[in-house]
Amino acid sequence: MSTQTMTGQGVLIPALKADRGGQVLLALLLIAAVVVPIFNLMIPEGSFFHLSTYTVTLFGKYLCYALLAIAVDLVWGYCGILSLGHTAFFALGGYAIGMYLMRQIGPRGVYGNPILPDFMVFLNWTELPWFWEGMNHFPVALLMVVLIPGLLALGFGWLAFRSRVTGVYLSIMTQALTFALLLAFFRNEMGFGGNNGLTDFKELLGFDLKTPGMRVALFITTVIALAVGYIGCRYVIASRLGRVVQGIRDAEGRTRFIGYQVESYKLWIWVFSAMLAGIAGALYVPQVGIINPGEFAPINSIEVVIWVAVGGRGTLYGAVAGAVLVNYAKTWFTAAFPEIWLYALGALFVGATLFLPKGVVGLIPARKVKTA
Amino acid sequence: MIPLPPLLRLLMRLPLRRCLLAAVVAVSLPLQADDAVAPAADATAETTAEAAPAAPTAFPDVIRALGTASLSERTALLEALLATKNPNTAAVLTAWLEDHLHVRDADGAVFITAEAESNYALTDPLTMAAAGSEASEGFTKIGSNNNLRKLLRSALASFKLGNPDAAVRLAAVQEMLRAPDELTLTMLREQAKTEQDPAVLKAIAAGQAYADLTSDSADIRLAAVNVLSGALDGETLAKLEALREEANEPDERVRSAASVAISSIAVKRKFFSAIETLFFGLSLGSVLVLAAIGLAITFGVMGVINMAHGELMMIGAYTAYVVQQLMPTHLAASILISIPTAFVVSGLVGIAIERGVVRFLYGRPLETLLATFGISLFLQQLVRSIFSPLNRSVATPEFMSGQWVINDALSLTWNRLYIVVFTMVVFAALQLILRRTSLGLKVRAVSQNRAMARSMGINSDRVDAITFGLGSGIAGVAGVALSQLTNVGPNLGQSYIIDSFMVVVFGGVGNLWGTVIGGMTLGVAGKLLEPAVGAVMAKIAMLVFIILFIQRRKQGLFPQKGRAAEGH
Repeated sequence: MSTQTMTGQGVLIPALKADRGGQVLLALLLIAAVVVPIFNLMIPEGSFFHLSTYTVTLFGKYLCYALLAIAVDLVWGYCGILSLGHTAFFALGGYAIGMYLMRQIGPRGVYGNPILPDFMVFLNWTELPWFWEGMNHFPVALLMVVLIPGLLALGFGWLAFRSRVTGVYLSIMTQALTFALLLAFFRNEMGFGGNNGLTDFKELLGFDLKTPGMRVALFITTVIALAVGYIGCRYVIASRLGRVVQGIRDAEGRTRFIGYQVESYKLWIWVFSAMLAGIAGALYVPQVGIINPGEFAPINSIEVVIWVAVGGRGTLYGAVAGAVLVNYAKTWFTAAFPEIWLYALGALFVGATLFLPKGVVGLIPARKVKTA
Repeated sequence: MIPLPPLLRLLMRLPLRRCLLAAVVAVSLPLQADDAVAPAADATAETTAEAAPAAPTAFPDVIRALGTASLSERTALLEALLATKNPNTAAVLTAWLEDHLHVRDADGAVFITAEAESNYALTDPLTMAAAGSEASEGFTKIGSNNNLRKLLRSALASFKLGNPDAAVRLAAVQEMLRAPDELTLTMLREQAKTEQDPAVLKAIAAGQAYADLTSDSADIRLAAVNVLSGALDGETLAKLEALREEANEPDERVRSAASVAISSIAVKRKFFSAIETLFFGLSLGSVLVLAAIGLAITFGVMGVINMAHGELMMIGAYTAYVVQQLMPTHLAASILISIPTAFVVSGLVGIAIERGVVRFLYGRPLETLLATFGISLFLQQLVRSIFSPLNRSVATPEFMSGQWVINDALSLTWNRLYIVVFTMVVFAALQLILRRTSLGLKVRAVSQNRAMARSMGINSDRVDAITFGLGSGIAGVAGVALSQLTNVGPNLGQSYIIDSFMVVVFGGVGNLWGTVIGGMTLGVAGKLLEPAVGAVMAKIAMLVFIILFIQRRKQGLFPQKGRAAEGH
């Protein structure tokens, strides 16, 4: 089925040409990829123009969130599936890379065990659980980053879409999914570090994670991933599969009656979105240096949805704008007025749904933008 | 002469040195004629006790003598004390046993003391009236040794055995059986002859049987095993287990009787523990139902996703807290008052949410979900600002604390029992409103076919607001109930919201009976799973089960039928 629907090879270039917001975004990403290393690494620390490594990591984090927001926008904005559990995929991707990073610590842990991570030694485990085998190989970890969220999404989506669970029911189910995972990962017996999660990472591919050079490299990787992810999503949307998916969003019953297998289309876009979220998580963890079960919290997933709503759903670049804007505001508020942040976030939820149905990008006067 | 005793007492309270005090007592003595005034009476008694320590018989004299007697003399005095049959004896014995009986060095008067900071609060053993408080330095403890304590205990118990209150007698029997010996057993056998209360008789019989288990005669042991086979408690079970070993029990008949008794006890205990699990499940289910039933109205009847539902429960819980702060001395009344108060407060907040936000979003359920989630964050932070982020606890009134002990193997906590009952009452009231009032009729009409209802002259806007208010008010009432089970904090609502949605979806949207049965099923199933896999895994299993269940029957246990179903 996928080969049949993905045939529109010549759709990407026209789609990008018509996508002004996307052009701006890609241009900004390109500028960031060039400017950030220069300002961080080349300009000396005392200078006014110096960009601290902290800021680089902070923006790298925002861009990971932006990739996650694109993944949510893909299913919500284009397929009408409101996922309240996308951080589950994000966190699973993060755990996959976290396991690799844990194995890289080797004998440098507190207990000095060359094989077992510290928390396992602490729990008196004597051998590595089977699912930790092979995670010391980077390619295996990368595979798991997309495979595990993809498989979970496939199983969940297959069950849910096949029996036509839609709308708020689906949203609540996704929330239950991430909540169940949250509870599961809190358990020490799961073998993922329990409450504390995975942390204390040392190096990635032999490079020390704490050096500014490595931070910049991670930032650029994130920029590239976001650009590629954006273009990939744009391609999927412009393809025949994407058009059918938008048809499903607008009139699921009609699309089905015309003869499309609605379930399969939904499933593929759902799995693709979950994999993107997994990649975003994998980029996030080396930059923040920790992954713990808190990432599974349902509230995080709902926050992602609000980024998309604030930015403007169904545009992709709006999701990026929303993720960066809201998170920047969060960083600023939680530092300056920690009490006010939740009020502001609450007001943002209400205000965005009531007054900004098209998000902030909807405020920019539309020119001749036509995607359809 | 009349104003003198108070004056004397006043002087006694002052921290005077012994000589000065003695002087005052001496001066006051000739004027003293009233025996009821303790210090003076004691002062007279002192001289008698010192003069003839042999055999005091009157209660005041015996008490007096205790102060000066040596340890060995005290045994004799104990018997004399019991012989007086004075009603205050029990209090004196208890105080003695607990090292709360002191003699005042100044005049040799004996008091029951209670420590209050560095002072002693004094109680006169003759009148049981409070006698002021004094610095503890001026007192000497009337001590006891092991032997004396043993005597004291059994004396106290035998004294209590004569108490008209059966509960006191039962406690005494249990106390005596903690370390039974020939003396106590004889006392109990005597008691059994006159005892009327079945619980006390049963306890005595069990104690006798315990003692008989160590008898030399196999027949007596056999009879004891047969008596014990009717018991339920773990102690009996342990004793019988020991008898199954050949090393402990040489007689074959007794061993097999013990085995039979154990299996019969085990079956009964299993039965009662199953009932207990069922009860725990029902009470957990009640909490779920209570949390979900308001949601069943807003979500089920109106099709509105209210993510702030948990926060409306939190508001109800905080209302209970505030009401209790306003009337700290009337716990029971404050809980009863907070139920309607919480209903009104949460209901008003709900109506405000509906009028302010939700009504602009009808027909856009996903947007409603997000907006109400924003409201929930807002309310949480509001509560944090007003009441601080720390948890508050709402005190449990007397009638809800403690346990209802049914037998040795089964006891149910009152607060959980009340919550089961309360849930039923709330559910019945809600059904009554929806089925028997004109408001309920309108609510059902609007939920089934809004356009048709409007054309029949129903103001659907008003009905929406009231329905939302009703659902929110129920959430507030649920919050009051929750305040009795957990601490009240800003995150109270969050922890229940996912569970509540699960219950509503599982039971079938738009169906209150479905919510009740769904909630109870999930509660009982959760508690049944818990011992096997642990609480967290049980919860995960339930979530996964519902996710899978919804795939099979996406309309829940009790799907809506007919035209109403098409609206959702």
